[in-house]
Amino acid sequence: MFIRWSAAVAAAILLSSPALQGASAADKPTDPQIAHIAYTAGVIDINAAKQAQKKAKNKDVKAFAEDMLRDHEAVNKQALALVKKLNVTPEDNDTSKALSKQASDKLAELDKLSGAAFDKAYVANEVAYHKAVNGALETQLIPSASNAELKSLLQTGLKIFQGHQQHAEHVAVELK
Amino acid sequence: MPGRLASIALAVIFLSISVPARAATIEITMENLVIAPAEVSAKVGDTITWINKDVFAHTATAKNGDFDVTLPPKKSATSVVKKAGTVEYYCRYHPNMKATLKIEP
Repeated sequence: MFIRWSAAVAAAILLSSPALQGASAADKPTDPQIAHIAYTAGVIDINAAKQAQKKAKNKDVKAFAEDMLRDHEAVNKQALALVKKLNVTPEDNDTSKALSKQASDKLAELDKLSGAAFDKAYVANEVAYHKAVNGALETQLIPSASNAELKSLLQTGLKIFQGHQQHAEHVAVELK
Repeated sequence: MPGRLASIALAVIFLSISVPARAATIEITMENLVIAPAEVSAKVGDTITWINKDVFAHTATAKNGDFDVTLPPKKSATSVVKKAGTVEYYCRYHPNMKATLKIEP
């Protein structure tokens, strides 16, 4: 019990995203809620990538945005196929809402930047965002998922997002 | 007659030198973001068949620049091993996917 509580506290402290901190503190999400959160997290990164495709100047940043778009669309396509197969309707919830709100604020913030300043801010946010999503997947979403196929998709998602985090970290170093 | 035998013997020796053991084909699979086998041995001249079973694009990119194979989702590709050495490689899109190819001369 103590260990579990400390892990939750550690996760809440580590996660930079307030919305995902909320998820750690909240009650265990249900499968329809988990599906909604995971899908929303994907859509957020797709929108960020579309913005970057329009605004980025650096070729590595442009290529990174293209990779994000391709991978997150592929994950979400799988997620949609799975919820259809399981006959689950993704359920909107406070975590999804908070994530979307934060993301639209971020898009507006990045929209004011251009050139190298945009490139840096986009990549820095991609590192932080993937770190936060990975933390939430590991400590909250994967342990809470009860359906085995959903759990397995989330685990694949975690590996993909960990890869993206490393990729983003490499690009961030290149930009320095 | 002994001369003839000797020339046959020579021919046999010559053939065995000029036709080395047949090159092998080695399969390396990427599935659920895992490269398997994580470590594999090959010889110069062998063919690697890279099989991507994921719905995501991957690459097999040598850290030393020896090769860089791009694998679209659910596609395979082949490459021939050209240089001996222990080569660490990874996926450029998902750098957490790593493996080693040990190439003998």
